[in-house]
Amino acid sequence: MIAPIDVLPLISQMSHDISRLNLSNPLFIGIHTGGVWIAEKIHQQLLPEGIDTHGSLGALDISFYRDDFMEVGINPEVGGSHLPHSIDDRNIVLIDDVLYSGRTIRAAMNEIFAYGRPATIKLAVLIDRGGKQLPIQADVIGCQLTLDNNQYAKLKNTDSGLQIDIVQSEEDQ
Amino acid sequence: MLPPDSQIQFDSEGRLKHFLTINGLPRETLINILDMAESFINFGQREIKKVPLLRGKTLVNLFFEPSTRTRTTFEIAGKRLSADVINLSAARMSTSKGETILDTVRTLEAMHTDLFVVRDSASGAPHLIASHLPSHVKVINAGDGRHAHPTQAMLDMFTIRQVKGQFENLKVAIIGDILHSRVARSQIHALKILNVAEIRIIGPRTLIPTEIESMGVTTTGDMRAGLEDIDVVMMLRIQRERMDGQLIPSEQEYFNRYGLTEEKLSYAKNDAIVLHPGPINRGLEISSSVADGSRSLILNQVTNGIAVRMSIMATLMGGNESKK
Amino acid sequence: MKLALQNGWVVDPANDIDGRHDIFIDNGRITAMGTPPKDFVADREIDVNGLHVMPGIIDLSARLREPGEEYIATIASETVAAASGGITRMVYPPDTYPVIDTPAMARMIQDRADSIGSTKVHPLGALTVGLDGDKLTDMAMLMDAGCIGVSNASRPIQNTLVMRRAMQYASTYDLTVFLTPKDFWLAGNGCVHEGETSTRLGLPAIPEAAETVGVARDLALIETSGARAHFDLISCRRSLEMIDEAQQRGLPVTVGTSIHQLHLCEQDIKAFDTRYKVMPPLRTEHDREALVQGVAQGKITVICSDHQPHSVDAKLAPFSEAATGIAGLDSLLALTLRLVKSGKITLGCAISALTTNPAKVIGLDAGHLGIGAPADLCIYDPSHEWVLDEQSMVSRGRNSPFMNSTLTGKVLYTINGGKVVYNSLTNQTKP
Repeated sequence: MIAPIDVLPLISQMSHDISRLNLSNPLFIGIHTGGVWIAEKIHQQLLPEGIDTHGSLGALDISFYRDDFMEVGINPEVGGSHLPHSIDDRNIVLIDDVLYSGRTIRAAMNEIFAYGRPATIKLAVLIDRGGKQLPIQADVIGCQLTLDNNQYAKLKNTDSGLQIDIVQSEEDQ
Repeated sequence: MLPPDSQIQFDSEGRLKHFLTINGLPRETLINILDMAESFINFGQREIKKVPLLRGKTLVNLFFEPSTRTRTTFEIAGKRLSADVINLSAARMSTSKGETILDTVRTLEAMHTDLFVVRDSASGAPHLIASHLPSHVKVINAGDGRHAHPTQAMLDMFTIRQVKGQFENLKVAIIGDILHSRVARSQIHALKILNVAEIRIIGPRTLIPTEIESMGVTTTGDMRAGLEDIDVVMMLRIQRERMDGQLIPSEQEYFNRYGLTEEKLSYAKNDAIVLHPGPINRGLEISSSVADGSRSLILNQVTNGIAVRMSIMATLMGGNESKK
Repeated sequence: MKLALQNGWVVDPANDIDGRHDIFIDNGRITAMGTPPKDFVADREIDVNGLHVMPGIIDLSARLREPGEEYIATIASETVAAASGGITRMVYPPDTYPVIDTPAMARMIQDRADSIGSTKVHPLGALTVGLDGDKLTDMAMLMDAGCIGVSNASRPIQNTLVMRRAMQYASTYDLTVFLTPKDFWLAGNGCVHEGETSTRLGLPAIPEAAETVGVARDLALIETSGARAHFDLISCRRSLEMIDEAQQRGLPVTVGTSIHQLHLCEQDIKAFDTRYKVMPPLRTEHDREALVQGVAQGKITVICSDHQPHSVDAKLAPFSEAATGIAGLDSLLALTLRLVKSGKITLGCAISALTTNPAKVIGLDAGHLGIGAPADLCIYDPSHEWVLDEQSMVSRGRNSPFMNSTLTGKVLYTINGGKVVYNSLTNQTKP
């Protein structure tokens, strides 16, 4: 078991790094479910109340874009995607908790393009754990970990706030 | 507990494989379909109204009975899931001579169809087809004879839940030609499984099948008594061609007794909603003022029909291939 | 040819015999039971120790599909199947293609069966030409050509006046009129009993009244026409009550039913299982129980197979379009014995319903083992268990809801007119 990681300082660091990208009219889109929690915090830190007029926070549920649907099916409790009315020409910051194979990000970008044509997309992740299977790199990274194939990093929202769990998988994937 | 109409809807691992009848489905299955449909409901507003779930899969709309509305909603649902959709409206011989219904289906299956959506005028035809296809091919019943129209019932349940939020306390009236109605049979099964408080069937005796009470409903020929305290009014379509003067004396007489007017609707609860599977016969089973009024959800049903059918297709097709 | 059957347990209710006796057969007839006639030297002796010896079964309704539908079955295939089921005589309803409404047709069918020599076939003449319910057939000539009764098969005669005249005319020659009462309009295009199952499955239904209205009409016509009638396929409790009441008043009517009506009811159809599609339709469990009780009480005196073989394709269709009927020759005896085993009817009652009673309906001195009677016998092992399946079925029709069920009671020998026409040890041939 790896020592608990303090999440909030990492998110503050991510906010700081994102602000240095100097994006105009940014749109923060979190990927269900962990990415949404992080996106909400970053959005709060960068765009305090009152300034948001264009709709600058969104959520994506990429269930319908997953490439393993024929094998695993869909969890019926999909959260649904909520994006501002138009995303055309917006500068999007796509936010997820853990970057692993890159397939989730691929699916998320496909879904974003189903809604319109953004100007740019930046990727921000809390943890980059290595093991990418697609040519996808994060622009903003909270921390880097090196995990074995049978270990999984998972962000949880507990009573005491956000928390990262490293779990050992029973079956090797 | 009614005997099931089909034992073949689930595979050996308990996954829903065909969608042929509501009867016998667990409550959880219905709720899951409704829940997933919620997330499909806003797809129509996206710039690209498609998701890639059924990319590369072939869906055949096999309609042995004419229908434009239902076939279109299945077609749109399939296309929004990125399936290749082929529409076949065919007449078929109702004898064992010549090409049989199974010959037709096997021919199409040999062209690697993944999902059949079947409508037929004979009760049980989709069940027959499903039981003679290889196990990876799925069948959705789009209406068979007088037996079942399960996707219609599911979109009705979706529409009810959208407005009422739940089912448990609802009193529901189903009005009209129950005898010939596959919609009514599927609605009754769905409402029972979702635990509504009460289901009443309203219509003249000639249009109510014998022993319908065995399905857990009560019957009455009186609209005032039948609609009292009702939350949901589900109208059925009267098929004019069936009304040859033997089942109902005349359209005037039928409208006089069972046509849903503002006045008759006032017998129900103040916030009662009105559903109709369409197409409606204005002035026969429903007045224009009710059909176009604020309590009518007829157009919502059409919109919801696409999301619900997408949900059913995704439920059947997902998670069925072993990981390569 | 002299034949001796030794050590068998003889069940012959017509002669009140239920015990171990040797049977001696000469010249196609039974010549003695117990002790052999003087100077009797058997050409062949069969030891039937441990087996039951009963009169050959007389099946009052079996379709053989020839002429007209030889691609389904033939007189050859089905008479051989019948013989393997212990059936020595069959009554063939007239709805063949063409219809049995001419003496030539009646003779042709009997000649075909005689040339095969397995089971005798007795045709029923059509009551109306082409079964169209319009013109009377040449009933007297049909009778001369071997028809043992007249019938309109399963096609109801709508015109009550035609029905009355047909009965009057048949009664002139003392021809038994076989009736399958059904009100044409009430039955409509129905394919199942009107009840819980038809409502649940949304299938066009046939109400009980379709039969009872038919029974009421036919009883009234029998009463005024003087015809002798046999209701061959009664399916409702209420029909039975009406006919029973008429019998009490002395009307010359008899009642039969099919073996499947005594075992099955509407609930068995479950999910559109076309093997259960029969006409009249399977009724309620309540009706089924009343029919079994009717057999036990002697109100229903005849059990038939209502054999209707079909091709596989004919049942592979939506329920309303699938062919009607069950292939029942192979399982008639075993399913009747199942009723005995369940304690619902006695063995004597069961055997009577398969032998002496149907013989009386068609006016034949058969169906019993009295001295001088035709040596038509069925010899079966009452405890032999077997499975009705593709292998064991001899009929060309494989359409049976009892497929793959285990049956008890297997025919080992069938003797027809003193000749062994079926021997389970040697007859492995299928036509």
